[in-house]
Amino acid sequence: MKKRLSVWLVLVCLLLLPILTACHGSKAMDPFVMPEEFDTTRQYEITFWAKNDTNMTQVNIYNKTIEDFQKLYPNITVNLRLYTDYGKIYNDVITNISTRTTPNVCITYPDHIATYMTGTNVMVPLNGLMEDGTYGLGGSALLFDGPTKEEIVPKFLEECSFGGAYYALPYMRSTEACYVNKTYVEKLGFTLPDKLTWDFVWEVSDAATAKNADGTYAVNGQNVMIPFIYKSTDNMMIQMLRQKEAGYSTASGEILLFHDTTEELLTTIAEHVEKGAFSTFKLSGYPANFLNAGQCIFGIDSTAGATWMGSDAPLVDISEENLVEFETVVMEIPQFDPENPVMISQGPSVCVFNKEDPQEVLASWLFTQYLLTNDVQIAYAQTEGYVPVTLKAQQSEAYTEYLSRAGEDNDLYYQIKMDATNLLLSHIDDTFVTPVFNGSASLRDAAGALIENVNKSVRRGQKVDAAYLEDLQADVLSLYRLNQSREVNGGLPELGRLPTASVVLLSSLAGVWCLIGLYLLREKIKKSGK
Amino acid sequence: MKKFFAILLTLTFVFALTSCGGGADPAAKSEGVMTYAEYDAAPLDSEVVIEAYVQAKQSWWEDKATVYAQDPDGAYFLYDMACSAEDYEKLTVGTKIKVTGYKGAWEGEVEIMDATFEIGEGTWVAEPTDVTALLANEAELIKHQNQLITCKGMTVEAVEYKNGEPGDDIYVTLSLDGNSYSFCVEMYLTGPDTEVYTTVGTLAAGDVVDVEGFLYWYQGVNTHITAVTKVG
Repeated sequence: MKKRLSVWLVLVCLLLLPILTACHGSKAMDPFVMPEEFDTTRQYEITFWAKNDTNMTQVNIYNKTIEDFQKLYPNITVNLRLYTDYGKIYNDVITNISTRTTPNVCITYPDHIATYMTGTNVMVPLNGLMEDGTYGLGGSALLFDGPTKEEIVPKFLEECSFGGAYYALPYMRSTEACYVNKTYVEKLGFTLPDKLTWDFVWEVSDAATAKNADGTYAVNGQNVMIPFIYKSTDNMMIQMLRQKEAGYSTASGEILLFHDTTEELLTTIAEHVEKGAFSTFKLSGYPANFLNAGQCIFGIDSTAGATWMGSDAPLVDISEENLVEFETVVMEIPQFDPENPVMISQGPSVCVFNKEDPQEVLASWLFTQYLLTNDVQIAYAQTEGYVPVTLKAQQSEAYTEYLSRAGEDNDLYYQIKMDATNLLLSHIDDTFVTPVFNGSASLRDAAGALIENVNKSVRRGQKVDAAYLEDLQADVLSLYRLNQSREVNGGLPELGRLPTASVVLLSSLAGVWCLIGLYLLREKIKKSGK
Repeated sequence: MKKFFAILLTLTFVFALTSCGGGADPAAKSEGVMTYAEYDAAPLDSEVVIEAYVQAKQSWWEDKATVYAQDPDGAYFLYDMACSAEDYEKLTVGTKIKVTGYKGAWEGEVEIMDATFEIGEGTWVAEPTDVTALLANEAELIKHQNQLITCKGMTVEAVEYKNGEPGDDIYVTLSLDGNSYSFCVEMYLTGPDTEVYTTVGTLAAGDVVDVEGFLYWYQGVNTHITAVTKVG
């Protein structure tokens, strides 16, 4: 009887084990497997989370794109959810991964995809889909004239490759530009060079802080003048470091942000903050608003913000009476070595999220490709200083004709916007992106925080010296968790400590197994003793 | 002796009850805390310590809260104040808080940034100040920045969703005596699931409304509407 009981005990435990262990966390999604054929007899409803630059024309293009796509594929309904902030999309995606309610298709930044990829099979690797002869890029069964893989700008496509696989397609590309109030530069007695250097920008900015006896600024006669405003301080630090060929991170995720060059850069920035020559979007506001009000001379922002820049800008956020007339010039961002310019490549990409139903994923993929058709690419690129990501669109008659009409009006052909577009088109080979890994989004934030903190500290009367910079580094390391080990994309994510319930459960199981073992041992000893 | 104890007991109760009832002067400040006038006079980027009462919570994310607070003399916009999720729940309307941070200005909006806070004793809720007559006088209007205000008899000129459809902010243009003013239904403060968001979405040009909200500033007055009543 005792022997039978022990066998039963073992059997029960073995049966319980998989059930109990299955309670810990939900089952990961199966990897996407390409269906043989797209089932057009079924209806699909997919969601597309898109970002616009607070620009209704872009919203209208998204709506028209969906409408046109649904005419081609009446069995696919695309539900659009609009955002004006990449960060908000990122936060919402993260929140929805655990509940498996991610969108099907999503506009995103590569750094964000690296975080999404820490979930098992959350993202669909696109290599198989791209290469598929039927539904892939340029595939035979597509109902639209999409680009082939070779027709996507190779550099832009490579920006979507992480850990040996593509996890996104580029959608639009931009870089940063320096929007210059040439009128004020000359009023201060300077001549704009062909290419901006950091030294020149600092020198003019310092000069612009001179005041009249009544306390107004000499250059504009106003009470406000922030000569140099940078919108994205993470880009500022990243590009300065790249121009100096100084470390930021390795491809595998090693953090190289903190070194002598970083300290030198921060010390220089602090000096100009002290003089009132520099500030940032986060602390003061949009470069465009200050530029257009004649309260800023160098505003660095995305080329995709060009329609907000200049006295005749089609999009303006300040009241008409505050607008000042001046000549705007679009220039490359300042360089340390102007003969070898270096600038960031940025702009939205599109990723596809995995779902239980491979047919739904295929429907998502079809829509994703449709975003790269000429009509969509050209229409969207025209809304801002964006560049289409396909050579097919860039070389099309419609696009070249559009570019040839620069300056014809202050709307579609707004000169500043066209100049910003041309800036990137002529510098695609000078652009770069930073390595993408789990944690690269935090590192980017940290790079910007260094400048933001220096800016704030100087204004608040703190001295930026070696001791300050040491403390700042420690604070930023800790706040952005840069001192923790991390796995690169494709590696196993850090899971953290097991929940208490799991620890109790696993301990109980271990205890039961020990008791069973002891019981069996005792029985064996008893038998051998007989 | 009995009488003495009875009187003492009564006095103790009276004292205790008045203390519990929030009868303390809401304008009174603890030691080391600035009055609103002192805060107003403090230069930008200087450290400020204020006491005020929460009037509305705008948002919370990753241990940072954005809050409208006010005392009887003026109002404060507390931007990205360090705040745990647990503490955020405690910040109900009327809650007294002591805030330490730095005075800043973003696009004309004066705010306290990089702040920390502690919850104090007492509650107070502001009544909206009618600033209708001050709308055309920006120099006077700005003195009410961040306060709970009301504007009456405003005519709707335009209502536009930021993204062309519900979900994000709503930009509202209201006019009075031939002048146009920008208002906003801020989605983090009053999102699509709130009554004010829905009601504003139904307004049409020509409607006459009374609005209540916080006198936010973005390149000029840009009140964040929290309540709207159609009056014509």
